[in-house]
Amino acid sequence: MKTENQKAWFFVLPVLLLVAFNALIPIMTVVNYSVQETFGDNLFFWEGLSWFEQILRSDRFHDALGRQFLFTFLILIIEVPLGIIIALSMPKKGIWVPVCLVTMALPMLIPWNVVGAMWNIFTLPDIGLLGYFINNTLGIEYNMTRSPVAAWVTIIVMDVWHWTSLVVLLSYAGLVSIPDAYYQAAKIDGASPWKVFRYIQLPKMKTVLTIAILLRFMDSFNIYTEPFVLTGGGPGNSTTLLSIDLVKIALGQFDLGPAAAMSLIYFAITLLVSWLFYTLMTKDDAK
Amino acid sequence: MSKRSIIPILYILFLMLPIYWLVAMSFKTTNEILSGFSLFPQTFTLENYKVIFTDPSWYWGYINSIIYVSLNTVISITVALPAAYAFSRYSFLGDKTLFFWLLTNRMAPAAVFALPFFQLYSSVGLFDTHLAVALAHCLFNIPLAVWILEGFMGGVPKELDETAYVDGYSFPRFFVTIFLPTIKAGVGVAAFFCFMFSWVELLLAKTLTAVAAKPIAATMTKTASSAGYELGLLAAAGTLTIIPGAIVIYFVRNYIAKGFALGRV
Repeated sequence: MKTENQKAWFFVLPVLLLVAFNALIPIMTVVNYSVQETFGDNLFFWEGLSWFEQILRSDRFHDALGRQFLFTFLILIIEVPLGIIIALSMPKKGIWVPVCLVTMALPMLIPWNVVGAMWNIFTLPDIGLLGYFINNTLGIEYNMTRSPVAAWVTIIVMDVWHWTSLVVLLSYAGLVSIPDAYYQAAKIDGASPWKVFRYIQLPKMKTVLTIAILLRFMDSFNIYTEPFVLTGGGPGNSTTLLSIDLVKIALGQFDLGPAAAMSLIYFAITLLVSWLFYTLMTKDDAK
Repeated sequence: MSKRSIIPILYILFLMLPIYWLVAMSFKTTNEILSGFSLFPQTFTLENYKVIFTDPSWYWGYINSIIYVSLNTVISITVALPAAYAFSRYSFLGDKTLFFWLLTNRMAPAAVFALPFFQLYSSVGLFDTHLAVALAHCLFNIPLAVWILEGFMGGVPKELDETAYVDGYSFPRFFVTIFLPTIKAGVGVAAFFCFMFSWVELLLAKTLTAVAAKPIAATMTKTASSAGYELGLLAAAGTLTIIPGAIVIYFVRNYIAKGFALGRV
């Protein structure tokens, strides 16, 4: 039982002030822009909710949102099972454990624009290792700057490369916390590997998998730098994800009003989906 | 070696290939890179690295990045420690709401905040300082640090605190001499994740700096556009950005896996 102590607020105060400074003031600025129109010179006119209406009705927003959901959906259904499979087949002890952990965590520590640049030179058709291999050795035409399909495959593979390790590390952390006695009991009962996975390993991984999926959802839904450096949103608009489109509107065209309205809708969608998932996953625990 | 170890081996190979390509390119001359495909550097050169280590506009990028990342890690951990202690030991008005609100700050797209951040930090006179980037990165690092530390602290029995008080320890003395050493693994993990997310973030770091505090990642994008496309140089700079992360990860390798496992959801 935790002690009730209102003075604990003093412990939380520094965190509250710092995060509030960074979160509340900028979000209020965004809200402020979202209801006004500006023609420069710091002149602002009240616009009401018209930007929100305009964004919600625009095909451009629907398309970008669709691409964003498709991207997040694809990387989740690839990264989560793949991460679990890799975690299951990793050694439990011995000298190979730190080797696996260090090499696997490496991609996550590379600055995001370096990741994009790295995959760019890796996939160049004439001088990149992967691009050259696919075009010349396999004889399959592959050029990210021409074919939307190739661009999509590349950003998906890049994200799988970049972030599957997060799922692996978290699942692995869940797996090593299972006492040996559980496995011995399962062996005595003659449980099949599938049953061991379904009734022992998966339940033990549930908490960490929830964190993994939540983090992957939030981060992939907000992804900007890597696909922007890799494809620039092209060819055409085929890989223009939501945040790339947002930056185009806000900094490219300097349409602050619509960009702010779009930001808020974007944030609201992320919040809503995360909250739904969080409540769904933690509801079972309460039972 | 069992049959199933083929899966991690293949996965690690897949992870290493693009990194190998980047490192291999960094030892090639730009001419060689552009003249055609070669698996290994034909004319091995250290010229690219020499440029980076002798040109201040390059190596200051690294120094800037390391300054604001360290600053951010220190700030985040310092303020997160008491907060995590409060969340793990006490219940107080609005604690659950506050905890979830903190986490929601990880969900805001950085792209949304770029412009308001620029205005905010310009108006308080911090634009283009290391402190500005360090403070801005607190937005997503403090919640994460609180979350991880709270998990580790929750694993320490309350009896430890009570015994210390009975023995006549004051709270600060107990916290520093007894409690902190007990959860040092947690502090390590939290510091690692703060370092990592601050090191890899570019959008905010780039928005909040111009010259004096420009991060290495931003230096790379500028050079790529102004000097033609100096692939060899770009590859060398990229390779060097991997090294700090690799060093940090080596030191906390035994704790990273545990870090999230102990956190609460």
